[in-house]
Amino acid sequence: MLRFLPATFAVLFVVAALLARPLTAQENPYFVAYDHNLEEPGNQEIEYFSTFGTQRAGNDFHAVWGEFEYGVTAWWTTEFYLDAQTTFHNSTAYTGFKWENRFRVLKHEHWINPVLYAEFEDINGADKTLKEIVGHDAQSDFLVPNKTAQLEHKREVELKLILSSNIHGWNFSENIITEKNLSNEPWEFGYALGASRPLSLKGSTKRCNFCRQNFVVGAEMYGGLGDRHSFGLRETSHYFAPAAAWNLPSGWTLRLSPGFGLNDYSHRFLLRWCVSREVTGFGEMVRHMFGGKS
Amino acid sequence: MKAPLVAVLICGTMVLLSTPAGKSQNPESGANGSSATGRENKTAQVYAELDKAPQKARVRANPLEHDPDAIAAGRLLFEDHCAECHGAQAEGGKKAPSLRVPEVQNATPGTLFWLLTNGVVRKGMPVWSKLPEPQRWQVVRFLKSLGAPPAASPEAAAKPATKQANR
Repeated sequence: MLRFLPATFAVLFVVAALLARPLTAQENPYFVAYDHNLEEPGNQEIEYFSTFGTQRAGNDFHAVWGEFEYGVTAWWTTEFYLDAQTTFHNSTAYTGFKWENRFRVLKHEHWINPVLYAEFEDINGADKTLKEIVGHDAQSDFLVPNKTAQLEHKREVELKLILSSNIHGWNFSENIITEKNLSNEPWEFGYALGASRPLSLKGSTKRCNFCRQNFVVGAEMYGGLGDRHSFGLRETSHYFAPAAAWNLPSGWTLRLSPGFGLNDYSHRFLLRWCVSREVTGFGEMVRHMFGGKS
Repeated sequence: MKAPLVAVLICGTMVLLSTPAGKSQNPESGANGSSATGRENKTAQVYAELDKAPQKARVRANPLEHDPDAIAAGRLLFEDHCAECHGAQAEGGKKAPSLRVPEVQNATPGTLFWLLTNGVVRKGMPVWSKLPEPQRWQVVRFLKSLGAPPAASPEAAAKPATKQANR
């Protein structure tokens, strides 16, 4: 019975996405970096992410993850992920789940706005989502065949300090990342930086798919910073990735980001894309489903 | 295979946790007297946030005051981002109060811009700084163009007086 739960879970969310009223999103194009903008209370964002990566001396891969983001309050957003990957000429594997929470610290908007991030990951060694880079993560880690890598079970906590600013239409985000495998491994560190801006700062007088305000372009850079025993840039991987988002009035957002490895420890090329949909009144709808009153 | 079960439990919990927050933001919900009073208090607290705008923010003029397109663009932005809570005509909805009341209509453009930028996060109003500044000014321009509700019911007409009393 339990083995049908992931599929049931996914179907429930897809049905919810189709039934609920869509809402025009205003998303930044980042895949790794986080800004301080949280989900509106009661809204649900359902996202599908893909990462295609090239592998030096090995098989290229395609990692996917589904993300369900819910605005619990105006200062708390929670997200749940399901991860999987296909390694070409090898196999497809379910690689685990993650649960993250983001908390807005300050009541008002400031030049720099801190958000605290806490995540629990229950994944296996075959995880290739590259959702963040920490410690001495390197492209050679992915050379292990899926069958062997899946035997490694990892329970990790990840904490981030998200600092973000909205200045003259630009968003600048800086993330300081720490991650710990709970099986007595050292704290690992990483970073992610992002900058983005809509093509037009003014809203259009008519609803249109191709209005410049719907397009947000930017870039992000992310990488590892070693661990508690060997902090620094030595033997760490780093990436630079231009990114673009297209926020459609129908509630859909499309994102695309080609990423480039900056040293020999990095994958040479990553291509990421995402399709997401923001739906309003999700919490209310679920309460109705279970007999609650609005 | 425990993972999906944990996931379902987590999601269920977060939906349940969201209930009190949703209710607390709901100025129209509830049928008995105590919930109605609580609702009006909550609404009054949200309006009272306008008084917290610093003087520097209050006196800011809307740079799009004379932009002929600002109201039309602001209307679309309002429909996309605000109408869900405040109602299609800004008359107030399930989660958030009316924006046609004197507290809002008499506020300066700078005050409304400040509230839009900072939100009232502890009362459920999100921060809207993710909208670029010109778009926030367009929304303010649209809000100021609304004026009072077209046909106020006796209940609605009594609301401002109640709010004043609650202050």
